[in-house]
Formats: sequence, C-alpha cells, structure tokens
Amino acid sequence: MAGVQLNGIVKAYGAVQVVHGIDLEVNEQEFVVLVGPSGCGKSTTLRMIAGLEEISDGDLTIDGRRVNRVAPKDRDVAMVFQNYALYPHLNVAENIAFGLRIRKESKEVIASSVEEVGNILGLTPYLERRPADLSGGQRQRVAMGRAIVRRPKVFLFDEPLSNLDAKLRTQMRAEIKRLHKRLGVTSIYVTHDQVEAMTLADRIVVMNDGKIEQVGSPMDLFLNPANTFVAGFLGSPPMNMVAAQITSGGDAPVAEFGGQRLTLAPLPSLQNAVGKNVILGIRPEFVRIADDSAADSVKVEVDLTETLGSEALIHASLNGEPFVIRTETVGQMNVLDGISGFTIAPNLIRVFDAETGVALPGQVTEQ
Amino acid sequence: MHPALQGLLTIVIGVGACLSYFWASNQFLDRVLFPAKGPNAGRNINRANMIRPWLFLFPALFALSLYLAYPVFETIRLSLTDRVTQPDGTTVYHFVGLGNYIQMSGDPKFWEALWNNMLWLIVVPAMSTAFGLLAAQLTDRISWGNLAKSLIFMPMAISFVGAAVIWKLIYDARPPDAAQIGVLNAIYVSLTGNDPQQWLTVPFWNNFLLMVVLVWIQTGFAMVILSAALRGIPEETIEAAIVDGANPFQIFFKIKVPQIMPTIMVVWTTITLVVLKIFDIVFAMTNGQWGTQVLANYMFNQLFVTRDWGVGSASAMVIMLLVTPILVWNVRQARKEMR
Repeated sequence: MAGVQLNGIVKAYGAVQVVHGIDLEVNEQEFVVLVGPSGCGKSTTLRMIAGLEEISDGDLTIDGRRVNRVAPKDRDVAMVFQNYALYPHLNVAENIAFGLRIRKESKEVIASSVEEVGNILGLTPYLERRPADLSGGQRQRVAMGRAIVRRPKVFLFDEPLSNLDAKLRTQMRAEIKRLHKRLGVTSIYVTHDQVEAMTLADRIVVMNDGKIEQVGSPMDLFLNPANTFVAGFLGSPPMNMVAAQITSGGDAPVAEFGGQRLTLAPLPSLQNAVGKNVILGIRPEFVRIADDSAADSVKVEVDLTETLGSEALIHASLNGEPFVIRTETVGQMNVLDGISGFTIAPNLIRVFDAETGVALPGQVTEQ
Repeated sequence: MHPALQGLLTIVIGVGACLSYFWASNQFLDRVLFPAKGPNAGRNINRANMIRPWLFLFPALFALSLYLAYPVFETIRLSLTDRVTQPDGTTVYHFVGLGNYIQMSGDPKFWEALWNNMLWLIVVPAMSTAFGLLAAQLTDRISWGNLAKSLIFMPMAISFVGAAVIWKLIYDARPPDAAQIGVLNAIYVSLTGNDPQQWLTVPFWNNFLLMVVLVWIQTGFAMVILSAALRGIPEETIEAAIVDGANPFQIFFKIKVPQIMPTIMVVWTTITLVVLKIFDIVFAMTNGQWGTQVLANYMFNQLFVTRDWGVGSASAMVIMLLVTPILVWNVRQARKEMR
C-alpha cells in the first residue's frame, strides 16, 4: 500500500507561516487534486511531499514510512513540473533514462524501459530529438515519461498543463486520466484550474490561505460546498450567493430577501433557525426560468444574455447583486429574451451561515 | 603652450572635426547628392538612407584598416625581407623569400618558445576555467559569496606587469642567513630547513610558476562569466534532477556543466587568446631566461634587442597563425550564444 499521509504539516519561512497544519490522507491508487487560488500553499505542500521544501512541522508518511527527513531520491516519488524541466542538453531518450542511469540500472533494463515508456506516450519517433526541437505537448509527454519510467510509489504533478494552449490542455488532461487508470499509481496533482480538478480527481482538496477548506469527491464539492469560499471557487460560473433571512420554520421553512421569498427544504437545521441571517447558495445550473405568472417565482432584472450554442448564460441582478442563470437554449430561444424570474427546487438550495460562511447541516442531493 | 591646454585643444579639435565630418557629409548627401525634392524625391530619400550607414561606419573602417589591416600586410612583407644597412648609412630591403623563417627554425630559442607556449596553452586556460567554475559554484552557495567574488575578481584589475612584480616578490630569494621576504621561500625554509631556492631559475618548473600568475588573474574573469551562466540555468531542471535521485556532484557535472558548456568553451578560448599573446609576465619576471621563453617575448627580443626585423616579423606571423583559428571559433561561439 502506497498511500500518503499528511499530519499537521506546517511550512514556515522564518516567522511567516504559509501552510498552517494540513491533514490529508491520500489512499493507494487514488488521484487527489489540490486546487485553490494562487498563493494558497498548494504548490508548497506538493514540494514538501517531494522533498524540495523542508517540512517545518508535522509528519509526512509515504507507504507507511515517515519521510520528513528522507532525501527526495529515497522517497520514491516522481514529479512533473510546470515548465517541463527537461534537461536541454539531453535527447528525449536520455531525458527519460536519466533517473534510471543515476540509479545505476543495467543498460538492458534502461533500454527496455525507455522503449516501453516511448510506446505508452507515443514518443517513439522523437526519442533522438532534443527538447528544443519538440512542441509543447511533446515536451509535456517527455516530462511524464521521465516520471513514469521509474515506477515510483507516488506521482506529483505541479500545474503540468498550465503552459499548454486550451485545445492541447484538454487532450493532455484526458491522457493523464487514461495513464492513471492504466498504471494505477497514487497521484497528487496541483492546479488552479477547477475544470482540471473536477475532471481528473477522485477527490478534490480545496485550499485557501494555507488551509484546507474542504475535501471530497468532485460532485460532492459541487453540490455541497462546505462554505462560501468553496461555493464561489468551484463551478463556472460560480454559485450565486443571495443574502437572506429565515423568517419561518415549520414544514416549509421560508427565507426572505428584498421583499421576495424562497421556500427551503424541511431540514431541522433550517426549521430551528428562524430569524437567522443566511446566505442562499444557488447554482446557476439548478434554476428554472419562469415568467411572472408562476406564483413562487423569484423576480430578477436581466442585463445581458450570452448565447453559447447549446446553452445560454443570463446575467441578471437580484437585490442589486449579480445573479447568473445557466439554461438550455434548445426549444426556448423565444423565451430567453423575456425572462423576468426563476424558480428552484427547495432541496437544491445550499444554505450558509451569513456570519461564518459555513454551510448549515443538510445535504443537497442529485435528483 | 601648457601641456594641459594643449591636450584640451586637441580634444576640442578632434571632437569638432568628428562632428563637422558627420554634419557636413550628411548635408552633402541630403542636399547635393540626393536632394529630397524634385521629381525623384522618394527614390532619392531611399538612396540617401542606403548610403548613410556607410558615412557613419567610414571613420571606424578607415582607422581599422590603417592600424590593423595595413600592419598585417606590412609584417608579412617584412618577414620576407632582410634589412641591410649600406656603407653610406642608408638602409635597403632585400627580398629573401622564406629565409627568415628558415633562420628562425634553426634557433633553439624559437623552439623553446613554441614548446613553452604550448604548455601555457594547455595549462592556463584549463586551470583558470576549472578554478573559475569552482569559485562560481561555491561562492553562489555561501552568505559572503559576493565578498569572496570581489576578492577573486580583483586581480583582473591589476596590470600583468604589476602582477608579475607582486609574484616576483613571492618567489624572491635572499641569502640563506638572511630573513626571507619571499613567501614561498619563507614557507619552504621553515618547513624543510633547506636553503632558500631561486625558484624562477629552476628549469621546467619555473614555467609553471609564471603560469600561476596568469591563472591568478584569469580565474576572476572565468568566475564572473560562469557564475552568470550558472544562474541562468532553470531551477526546475535542478529540482527535477534532485527528484530523479541525483546527488550534488551528479547535479553539478551532469546537469549544470553540460548546460553551460557553450559558455565554458567561450571562456576557455578567450583565455587561450590571452595566453597566446602572453608577454608582459615573462618579460617582467625572467625575460625568457632559464628556459621560460615564449613566442611574444621572442618576437620582442628579435625586433627590439637583436633588431632583426625579418626574424621578428616572421615570429609575429607564427603567433598570428596560431591565434586566428581560435579567434574565429571564439567569435562564432559567442555569436551562437547571443542568438
């Protein structure tokens, strides 16, 4: 079993602490993505796992062994860097073989390993070329080849796709996913791109300001963000936030805002919170457009409609705050212009405490 | 006239002449030769702009050909002639073909100089580059690295003759019963109890004692250039090598050095060029005695001591022939670096 455990991992530069005690358990063969805004400590955390940064406090365990003081080369991890970090003076085959040569593997083993990796990644025609003569996508592949050839216990990816153009990024993303399925190596992947996080991860770790905000499966984080930060970070466009007050409990708790009202799910945490100031988290994808005739519709003022082909983004305002609605275009092009309100199922509204930003207990579930 | 005033006047006249040359030549081009008016105004402007660079380049090209190209051809001519002073006091030049070269090849001092130059050529660039690389790598890793760098670089600011005088003091020898002011002898005597040595007269090894001076000077140069190159290496390639399992020595020799190899070669050849022209140090310390002759000092002796212009010019040609290929290669490498 080659899991990775982080126990209260702290990174401090002198008096300045940038990572404040991270606890995380990455299971064997799992693909975990660390995501967060720049400066949130995700890369630093990854570099501590790799051994490129010293761990200020806490315990790091790889495969059941505490490795805080173990040199990078003895941790049996491989890393793919943002700028590929290929050795410019070596050709592709030598780049891939470097780690094996350093470990004094026999010539036959090196040759067969390089050949195998070349086949897996489609690099066979380029083995004799220097990195300077490769395209961005090919360089990225070589960087991955260099990582997988050693058959390490853990793969570490540090924003490996951020230097590629959009099309290539999508392609390489799928390739990384495929590679992980095929090799089944425990992987920790850092990115600031939430699409990469959602598509690649078995579990996502959302980080902010040197702390973990939430850990969970992509869908879990999407439906049930633990707080307003995660709600605003994941999803594109992000979750709408509406400040409101719970005005009545009972079987159908009601939240009021700017003279309008929305019915919430009959959860104990909401029924017992009458008078509480809350933030209603409403996913742009979960609302249904409605006209004035619907009794329970919430009125919005539409500023702009962006049509993206199969779907449209309606930029509106609610109580003076921006509110985005995402809707299908097929069959309702004629109604898109005349939108004045929306409805939403009570069980799709995520309710946060207005003071702390933390979600009130209760799950949003897929219907 | 007071010399300072005279100097000032010269500067004013010189700068004034330059300014008036550029002003007048451009005026001539724009007003007389290709005026920017009339039926062909557009064509004239284009033509004037094609000629203008040459107006600016002309003074430099002229001075270079006068002071660089002409002497080369004159030296070739002189190396093929003999200067003969006739009974009436006038001098004539006789064409002697390769006579001077043949005469020179019969001179054991010439072969000694050539052999010593080869030794210099191998030892000094190698040692300077190696020490420079070592100093660059080590000073980057310590807190007082910049101070160390300044100290190592300082000999670069000393003239070769000045450096030769300093090192002559280090190799100095006093009679056995006197106090030694030469550092080398002071150490030697106190360690071994032997009599002090006249180090610069010890055959063969005295060559290396002279080379030390140039290595001491050139290490600073190599260090500065290589230090900049080392800093240009992408940090990620080093981190990748660390994760790949390379130890510090492997990182240095397998990742860093190969990446700065072009710079190392430029430093190496630049020092090689300095070495091929080495003169001052040998002249000031031994003047080529005790088996330390080098080509440039041999040339100097032939030209200004023996006053044999033919052989002197011939030895100058030998130096030029040795320098040229390295110079060409060096310039090419440097250009490749810049691209």
